[in-house]
Amino acid sequence: MSDSRRIALAVNGVQHEAETPVREHLADFLRGTLGLTGTHLGCEHGVCGACTVLVDGRAVRACLMLAVQADGCAVTTIEGLGTDEALHPLQAAFCAHHGLQCGFCTPGMLTTLAEFLQVHPDPTEEDVRVAISGNLCRCTGYDSIVAATMEAARAMRGAGA
Amino acid sequence: MKAAPFAYHDPRNVEEVLHLLATLENPRLLAGGQSLMPMLNMRVAFPDHVIDLNRVEGLDGVTERDGALRIGAMTRQRDVEEHPLVRARLPVMAEALSFVGHWQTRNRGTVGGSLCNLDPSAELVAVAAALDAVLEVRGPAGARDLSIHAFPEGFMTPALAPEEMVTAIRFPFWPAGHGHCFTEFARRHGDYAIVSAAALLMVEGGRVTRASLTLGGVAAGPMRLREAEAALLGAVPSEEVLRGAAARCQEIEAMSDPQAPAWYRRRLATTLVRRALETALARAGGAA
Repeated sequence: MSDSRRIALAVNGVQHEAETPVREHLADFLRGTLGLTGTHLGCEHGVCGACTVLVDGRAVRACLMLAVQADGCAVTTIEGLGTDEALHPLQAAFCAHHGLQCGFCTPGMLTTLAEFLQVHPDPTEEDVRVAISGNLCRCTGYDSIVAATMEAARAMRGAGA
Repeated sequence: MKAAPFAYHDPRNVEEVLHLLATLENPRLLAGGQSLMPMLNMRVAFPDHVIDLNRVEGLDGVTERDGALRIGAMTRQRDVEEHPLVRARLPVMAEALSFVGHWQTRNRGTVGGSLCNLDPSAELVAVAAALDAVLEVRGPAGARDLSIHAFPEGFMTPALAPEEMVTAIRFPFWPAGHGHCFTEFARRHGDYAIVSAAALLMVEGGRVTRASLTLGGVAAGPMRLREAEAALLGAVPSEEVLRGAAARCQEIEAMSDPQAPAWYRRRLATTLVRRALETALARAGGAA
């Protein structure tokens, strides 16, 4: 029984090749093997949304996907969303609107909303609330997150125009 | 929380999957993983072999044929939800999918995976029953069709042999102009529904010519309300008639669990069916 495999994947635009136990989920691989600890792990059974990353552009729970399944995929984590010098519009808006307190849910919120705003550039507040219904936040009460997202959506529409 | 050790297989075609299913000890098929992965992580499930279907060719896609949409078992729920054919032909499915988990889980979760997991609350199972779906099953003996109505064998147990798999599902669609509604009650959006209801109505010449009413979450399998459907046929769909059909839910055999007792499920079912019927009627092109 082969218990580990060598996988190759692009993470935040950088190609990686590494060994992973086949039972390891993607979030543990990103954090443990690649040292990308920006992806947070809350519940590890798909409820909290903290570990959300983009796999081939789509927001998925990194705890509900095996690392071996990401072989050949392009993964974007929170580390790849923006840079210190050039924040993603969502990150800038979260700062401006107090969209985070403890920051634990934030990586999952941002990666989820990054894909959501690409697909729905002009959402209503209700749309945003539904979009983050799979992300638990225990401190902001969500209102500031929704406000930040609406602001980011406006900024992104403006930049695209 | 970590999954217990298992051997991992990622076959490329259905024949390989069937061979693995027939020869391996204690295997488990991994579809979208949005139910199995939590079970693995929590060690509620501990297969010796995980057979990953994600690299198997020919298991996804939506095609129209002979009055039905054929949806590959591995088609992602999000792709189905947004598919123009599904939106046009099976609007009740598109509506139901908006209740299935969340954005991120629908990006991975599959139609076949949800059906085979057969959670009593699963929206897709209720929709399949409402539409009289047919599952395409492959096994060592070849291919066979299986009606959704014969699919649930027991609680979360499909009527499949251990060496069989579902490869696609055919959903017969209703004529243009039919009314539809899928609704449910859950504690929060994306939670498991305590009760869900699907209604399909055809209204011609001011009378109901076809009706389908289905409840999810009240029993191990989906529950078609055949008597209520029959009562609607030929009737002028007044508010009173719809209420009368929904009231039949007060008589159903509903399950009790720590979330909700049977009497509460019956009351929910009655209200949800009434609302689903009202919405379906309002959306029906031929409404009087």
